[in-house]
Amino acid sequence: MPDGRKKKTVKTIKVILDRCNGCRACEIACSAFHARPKYSSVNPARSRIRVIVDMLNDEYVPIRAAGYTATACQGRRVYTINSKQYSECSFCGAICPTRDLFKEPDSGLPLKCDLCEDDPPFKEPLCVQACPPGALVYEEKDEEAEEEAADAGREALETGLQTLIDNYGVQKVAGSLLRMLQKE
Amino acid sequence: MRYAQTGYSLEVDLSRGNIEIVETDPELMQLHLGGQGTAAKTLWDRVPPEVDPFSPDNLLIFSAGLLCGTPVPGANRTAVNTFSPQTNLFAHSLMGGYFAPEMKYAGYDSIIIRGRAPDLVYLWINNHRVEIRDAAHLRGKGAQETAALIKEELKEPYAQVAAIGPAGENRVYMASIEHASASASRGPGPVMGDKRLKAIAVRGTNDINIARPAELYELFLRLRKEIYENPYVGDWMAVEDDDSFHHNNFAWGNARVRRKNFWSKELEARWAALTQKVRDRLTGCYNCPKQCHHVISWPGRQRYFLKCFGKDTYHMAAFKELDFSYEILALTQEYGLDSYSTPQVLAFAIELYEDGILTDRELPGFPADSGERFYYLIEKIVRREGIGDILADGVYRAARRIGRGAEKYDHNTIKKFEQVPIKLVKLNPPYFLMYATGEKMSITQIEGSFPQDPLPTREEREKFVREWVAVPDEKFKRIFLEWEKREQLSIEASCAICDWNEMMHYLDDALGLCGFLSSFRGQFGGKPVYHSNNLPHIISLATGMELDKDGLWEIGRRNRNLVRAINVRRGLRRKDERPPEDHWKIRDPEFEQKLLDAYYSFKGWNSEGVPTCRTLAGLGLDYVSEDLLRRGILEADENAPVREALAAEGTGGCGDA
Repeated sequence: MPDGRKKKTVKTIKVILDRCNGCRACEIACSAFHARPKYSSVNPARSRIRVIVDMLNDEYVPIRAAGYTATACQGRRVYTINSKQYSECSFCGAICPTRDLFKEPDSGLPLKCDLCEDDPPFKEPLCVQACPPGALVYEEKDEEAEEEAADAGREALETGLQTLIDNYGVQKVAGSLLRMLQKE
Repeated sequence: MRYAQTGYSLEVDLSRGNIEIVETDPELMQLHLGGQGTAAKTLWDRVPPEVDPFSPDNLLIFSAGLLCGTPVPGANRTAVNTFSPQTNLFAHSLMGGYFAPEMKYAGYDSIIIRGRAPDLVYLWINNHRVEIRDAAHLRGKGAQETAALIKEELKEPYAQVAAIGPAGENRVYMASIEHASASASRGPGPVMGDKRLKAIAVRGTNDINIARPAELYELFLRLRKEIYENPYVGDWMAVEDDDSFHHNNFAWGNARVRRKNFWSKELEARWAALTQKVRDRLTGCYNCPKQCHHVISWPGRQRYFLKCFGKDTYHMAAFKELDFSYEILALTQEYGLDSYSTPQVLAFAIELYEDGILTDRELPGFPADSGERFYYLIEKIVRREGIGDILADGVYRAARRIGRGAEKYDHNTIKKFEQVPIKLVKLNPPYFLMYATGEKMSITQIEGSFPQDPLPTREEREKFVREWVAVPDEKFKRIFLEWEKREQLSIEASCAICDWNEMMHYLDDALGLCGFLSSFRGQFGGKPVYHSNNLPHIISLATGMELDKDGLWEIGRRNRNLVRAINVRRGLRRKDERPPEDHWKIRDPEFEQKLLDAYYSFKGWNSEGVPTCRTLAGLGLDYVSEDLLRRGILEADENAPVREALAAEGTGGCGDA
């Protein structure tokens, strides 16, 4: 393996929009799997996958909960796919103050898709299993990626050090580092 | 804690603006399951027979089937029941889509509406917050348009909406209630209009609890795959281009003309190309992997959902082609008109005009082209303008209001309701019984479990019978094995077939199951997903209720007899139980009456078609017989002939006795 790169498995669910018939079984499967005790109830509002439906626009988009919104989101873009217009939000799984999605109905806490982590693990997440038309396709890909673990945070660390050097001079910073090393 | 059910009804009085959340008796599930079964009980208890369908005292009930909102695939039917102004009888109406599950998640098994609002309103149900809201700004708006506007003003894109169009607002008898890809026809549309209720929007975020969840989940995953792969279930009309069956065999115009050689390969290719061009997608209902609805975009018109035999009715009634149906449906569904009954009213009016009974006086500027005539008449009917006000009451009543011989042109109604336009040659005994005694008003809601036609060879029949898991009783296998010619079925076999067919519908309508997976889909291929052999187990998993096949049939019989009693109390009798005179060319009145006698006694009904005290008592419906006795509809000593029938038949249905 080349330096600084390593193999990792990327798990994802691919969505094939034209195959979705709008039946929302993925929501049933998800909410049941995440119910406590497991499977004991059904409630699409607790599901971490929701089908965004706009019937008059022929829009059926299953999206998965993906955590909090990026602070920079404007959410105003419009995509045109096969001459149909979709708002950016139709593809966004973020928990977002502008809409009532992916919030636990009782607590309001955010929901996030965990691809049905279970022990023993499923062959495929349950929403995929519940979708015979194949609008949801589970994919595991081995990808070679930059070795993020080793490099993680290096940039932030260096930026911080640069600030210290700018304020105190490189000699003082180096001296402090040396003293800290000796103490250890 | 209740399983599968919520245990609550929402009661709304539109006259007083009162809203109550009422806990329901848990025993109702044991006795009637849910859906139409419990709605029938409510209508029996609370709407006396003297109440006019357009009285504020009439109830309009939306009920979720017992299994709706559970993981059972294809359980999504909302039953809408009331008394129909057209028939003055129990209105049986069902819609698919997403409404019933959302009701359940909002916390209600049923929404019971009484009274009449002072002005047009809509109901907004957001879990336990329920509001009656002004709908003046929605007056005259189309059904889908109304749904979109309501979701926008509530800022609730996930709300489910059921709405009437202008046809319902104006109390047109053919008006439907439209919801997403589905619609509820056969009576409740005009009642919703009379109550000045433009729409109901519902949104729910509560749990539905399951009694034995892990097992039901396994079943959910397995059944979804099985349903998707089973070619014998779902609506073939949505996916097959060959529709020679309806075009060559059903009657065109005002149910008059059969065009046996209409279909051709050239036509099929041309229509298939058109469908490809205007169809955006195929969709299913809640929790069903099938693709039964076309999403159609016709140039210049709003996108809409096309379903079922509605694909053919308009162009066949107008002697046009498929393009005509595709275009006119975009308009009629927005108006909220039922696509089964409406085209027949239009074709009836055109016939009256051609024969000089209606003239240019009633139809000023009537166009020459049948298609343009349809558009002309629809505008008049939806607004109840001029002759449209008369036609809006449906064929039966319009014929009598017009007079001058128009009555003769009403030749395809039963119990005052327009029938699917089928005109055949030889009397078919089980079909005679289904048409005559059915109370769901459309043959599609009565037929469906026993095959429509025999198989040609003994070998094929034996193979069919071997794989036939849906049969409730071995006797049906024997009947099928011996069956060679369509019309040649004994009286005994005909009674059993009619009983099984309608029983499956009564079960589906209480459970919320789609007929395309169950009651309607046994008749071609014999492989429905749901049947009375596997349903008891599925119901047990969802509800925790202990149930076997006999218990399930008993509930079905209870619901069936309760609906019959409701209608009997409103005047239904033997004289009303007959198919149109010309449904078959060759009739045998004496044999038909014998059939009817036999079926009544098979069902435990007296010679007038009224359930006897003994039958009612056997089903725990003593309160019904008491009422019928008090009204003089039943007499106390009337159970003698039935006792013999019971002894001979072991109470009918699936009894192994």
